[in-house]
Amino acid sequence: MSGKVRTKEEIVALFKDGQTIAVGGFANHGVPNALIDCVLDSGARHLTLLSNDTGDADLTIGRLIHNDRVHRVIGSHIGMNSETVDLVAKGQIQLTLVPQGSLAERMRCGGSGLGGVLTKTGIGTVAEEGKRIIEIDGEKWLLEAPLRGDIALVRARSADPLGNLTYRGTSRNFNPLVAKAAAITVVEADMLVELDEIDADSVVTPGVYVDMILAH
Amino acid sequence: MDIRHRMARRAAAYFVAGDIVNLGIGVPSLCSNYAPAGVMIHTENGLLGVGPIADGVRAVESFSNAGGMRFVPVAGAAAFDSAESFAIVRSGRLAATVLGGLQVSERGDLANWARPGKMVGMGGAMDLVNGARKVIVTMELTAKGAPKILRECTYPLTGKSCVDHVVTEQCVIDVTPQGLVLREILGGLGPSDIQKQVEPYLIVADDLSVMDD
Repeated sequence: MSGKVRTKEEIVALFKDGQTIAVGGFANHGVPNALIDCVLDSGARHLTLLSNDTGDADLTIGRLIHNDRVHRVIGSHIGMNSETVDLVAKGQIQLTLVPQGSLAERMRCGGSGLGGVLTKTGIGTVAEEGKRIIEIDGEKWLLEAPLRGDIALVRARSADPLGNLTYRGTSRNFNPLVAKAAAITVVEADMLVELDEIDADSVVTPGVYVDMILAH
Repeated sequence: MDIRHRMARRAAAYFVAGDIVNLGIGVPSLCSNYAPAGVMIHTENGLLGVGPIADGVRAVESFSNAGGMRFVPVAGAAAFDSAESFAIVRSGRLAATVLGGLQVSERGDLANWARPGKMVGMGGAMDLVNGARKVIVTMELTAKGAPKILRECTYPLTGKSCVDHVVTEQCVIDVTPQGLVLREILGGLGPSDIQKQVEPYLIVADDLSVMDD
């Protein structure tokens, strides 16, 4: 097995100060924890974190907050992580909140060559602040712009050498979306399998979106 | 039966077989215990067909609800990513969503995700109240005596004119174009007992009924 499989050292070398890192996972589940180790090992700081949430304090994605690597968070919910809440209150982390479904669609647009999506979610709330309202045939829609990262960190159930991916259950969550929405996509898979071991019809994320797979 | 389960049971009485419903964290999650057979539960982190809470070898990370509880998927469950999950939500496929509430206004505006100065995130709530065909709020009628049903919400909104039913420990109130309608009331209480705990005027339903204990 080689293909897109890379050593930890090669992956650690990707991360630089100031990058935007898109991370899959939902409330500590389906999080690419070994890739978060790589970010920590790289020493990269002042990162923008694009993820649904920031995990719990010093757990999963929360380790990036705990170790002072993040200066901005774009997500839908930080309430589980008392350290993020604290740093946002002190002004040390800038927080941009996006409704969860709109966050998912913004990543999908960012990864699909689309210029944005129109939704009714958030109209009449703080979620519409600074965004355009577009009227079509008398109906008001909120324009949500695409979101992309410099690097995406993805947790998959299985990966073949070309980066075709499967997921399991609710560990899928934002992973297939961040996988598309970055310049470089790096995958951590529970199982590295042989070519053709994932049936073509079972592939969820096609390998075309994947650049590197963390070696076991 | 304790208050929390009583509210959950009452909220679940709105479900019918064949419904797809999304349940929030806390009291709403208890509705699964009282849902009629044939109701499918959607969890916004990407699965339709949430079953009972799992233990032992069945309790695995990859089957966790939005509140982090591990569950057993039911036969016929489907897993999907977060974009698909909210496509289901926004497109009206959910018959109902049950959420907690901090404040509900006379017009059915809901505030349930933030207090002023403490905005930690709306999660999926704004999408859910925008997309579900029926929005059911379970909450206590007051916060330590202070009304939570108000003329206008003062906390940041989750959605405008989105609430259909408010289920509290003392009563059930419907949001209608005519105003708030007191629909059910706990035995031993009268409409005036409820009225003095809410800010807007309550219309008392002609067929006002007694809530089950």
